[in-house]
Amino acid sequence: MRTLRLIGAVTLLAAAALTSLTGTALADDSSATPDPSASATGSDAPPTQAGTDFRTATVVGQGVQATADASAGDYLYWQFPADTGQHVTVHATVTFPTTSTRHGASSWQVDVYDGLRRRQPCRYGTQTATAAASATSVDLVCHLRTIRSWAEPWSNDPLRGAYYVRVTVLDLPSTDLGQPVHATVEATSDGTAGSQAVDGSVAPVVTANGPRVAPSDGWAGTWWSPRWLWTGGGGLLAILLAFAGHRLARGPLRPPAPSRPPMYDRPDRPREPAGYGD
Amino acid sequence: MIMRKLLAAGSACGLMAALACGLLPATAHAGEPVPGATPKVELVLDVSGSMSAKDIDGQSRMSAAKQAFDDVVDSTPDGVELGIRTLGANYPGDDRKTGCKDTKQLYPVGELNRDQAKSAVATLQPTGWTPIGPALLAAASDIKGGDGTHRLVLITDGEDTCAANPCDVARQIAAQGVDLTIDTLGLVPDTHTRSQLSCIAEATGGTYTTVQHRQQLTTKVKQLVDRSTDVAVTPTATQGADTCAGAPVLKRGLYSDRETFSQNRWYRVDVRPGQELRASATVSDDRSVNADYGVLLRGVTLHGREIVRDDESGTGRTDAVSAGIRYPKPKADDDDTPAETVCLQVGNSFSAPASVKTTPGLPVELSIDLVHSPDQPSDVAFYGLGRGWWLLGLLAATGIVAGLITGWAARWRLNTGRTR
Repeated sequence: MRTLRLIGAVTLLAAAALTSLTGTALADDSSATPDPSASATGSDAPPTQAGTDFRTATVVGQGVQATADASAGDYLYWQFPADTGQHVTVHATVTFPTTSTRHGASSWQVDVYDGLRRRQPCRYGTQTATAAASATSVDLVCHLRTIRSWAEPWSNDPLRGAYYVRVTVLDLPSTDLGQPVHATVEATSDGTAGSQAVDGSVAPVVTANGPRVAPSDGWAGTWWSPRWLWTGGGGLLAILLAFAGHRLARGPLRPPAPSRPPMYDRPDRPREPAGYGD
Repeated sequence: MIMRKLLAAGSACGLMAALACGLLPATAHAGEPVPGATPKVELVLDVSGSMSAKDIDGQSRMSAAKQAFDDVVDSTPDGVELGIRTLGANYPGDDRKTGCKDTKQLYPVGELNRDQAKSAVATLQPTGWTPIGPALLAAASDIKGGDGTHRLVLITDGEDTCAANPCDVARQIAAQGVDLTIDTLGLVPDTHTRSQLSCIAEATGGTYTTVQHRQQLTTKVKQLVDRSTDVAVTPTATQGADTCAGAPVLKRGLYSDRETFSQNRWYRVDVRPGQELRASATVSDDRSVNADYGVLLRGVTLHGREIVRDDESGTGRTDAVSAGIRYPKPKADDDDTPAETVCLQVGNSFSAPASVKTTPGLPVELSIDLVHSPDQPSDVAFYGLGRGWWLLGLLAATGIVAGLITGWAARWRLNTGRTR
């Protein structure tokens, strides 16, 4: 009976562990974990300028809203750091001041390039949008693939490092070229290195021929992952089940009774536990 | 035991990851620009007769430009060498030949004396022709030299009325190897001026702005002058060869070159064992090109075997197309292993209408990095930790089997009297 009760307790514990695990497993891909690289590197105020090419791209941290006053037709460049496991989303908004009159629709695009200046596809999001002549602003979104810690040199999978954002007009009436516009860009990210973790690591893809780009607390890579819970919980479960299995297979331990001769008139059976039947 | 092993593996891997991630990037920032470099800016102002037209907020274009210059001279950051050049300021006559040479340096590029610069601007009267091309050439020689950025800001209200196409002139200046950007501001939104000024800007990677209000002019010129203080690495000019054999050997750094339409250029890089070569090639279209284009970057061994390649193609309006490759060279067992020479091929598939000049070639920017990076993935993902129900089931099954075996062993020992 005691064994049975023990097994019951163990099962309960295991169930509790499992429930907590499922909970965290569900939270794996959500934004529940705080982003370790949410602030800019060495910049105290959000940048108000944009670069004009890869070389002069303005460095901006994740979660920081960078702005720039520019002219329609300019190519605006920013760069930001992204670390392993992050799902990065780049938001860009182009606002047209009311003082300028526009003569027709214009289409705008946001492009994201990795640290090797390879164009990165957007998994989803409005990468290209057309603004009607009367529109006051146009919103662009690009959701990148998950940043990986390692990839084959032949692939162009996104690796941790610098990412360039380019905002520009693709098509506009020639009469609107050079008109003032205002652009806003922000890169945000969520997720941990849990479900998407891959073997290996690569030194951050940041060129030495440019400004220093790094998350505010360095390229540690995130150490947190729900994998800790899965593995730890699994180990705990194994210990508990091993204990239970051991008790089950060994059977009850008889109390030592060398002082009294065995009673042959009574059947030999385990003692009832105290409090049984209350 | 399982857990202990897992934990040990995890901490060991964590340590290695921390070493790989934390230590390496610190060494990768030696190529930053010289902080003492002095940026040079020259404002090129059109003082042709048409600048007297009163259509900027009810004022004449000239007075709007003068006010903007006053504000800009006041707000120029210390350390920026600012000069002013005029075009069409002196010759009021009708002789085209003389009028088209009329450009003069009003204030030399150098340490700024704000009062002198302002009083020089105050004397200007709208006078002559609009020789943009000669003015740009002269301005480019004004700001030559130094290791800072070079920027020309051209403010004009009309297209070049002289022979030379200023757009070609701008491209020639850019091709001379001077790291020079020309920003243009048009005071009149007419078609010819717009296309010519945006062409000049495009040829040098600058910006074109249509100005309709005085405040807008001031803000924009200030912004452009401020931009000259942005630190950026100046590329080193190099010239790629037609084959790998005669190609220049490049070290870590930023390089600039020119290649004409559909041309291939070769460069060589020595990669030591344990290093990773990272190369990016950016080809800019500084003139009007056909709608479809592409860039190819290949890493090839000396024997012609392709190691790695990246190509990028696109369509529509763009300023540049770029491609990048990584090549990690495995660590060698002994230290004497020589560096491997990797040939880099940069090709482009830009094309242009027949009316477009093909020389000088398109600007190519080549960024070479050599970093220490692991060439093989480690065996474990995320410190060797696992996830998922299969892992859980396996651990549980292992636990219960181990428990049952030890339990049976214990019972057997009890029953056979080996244990009391």
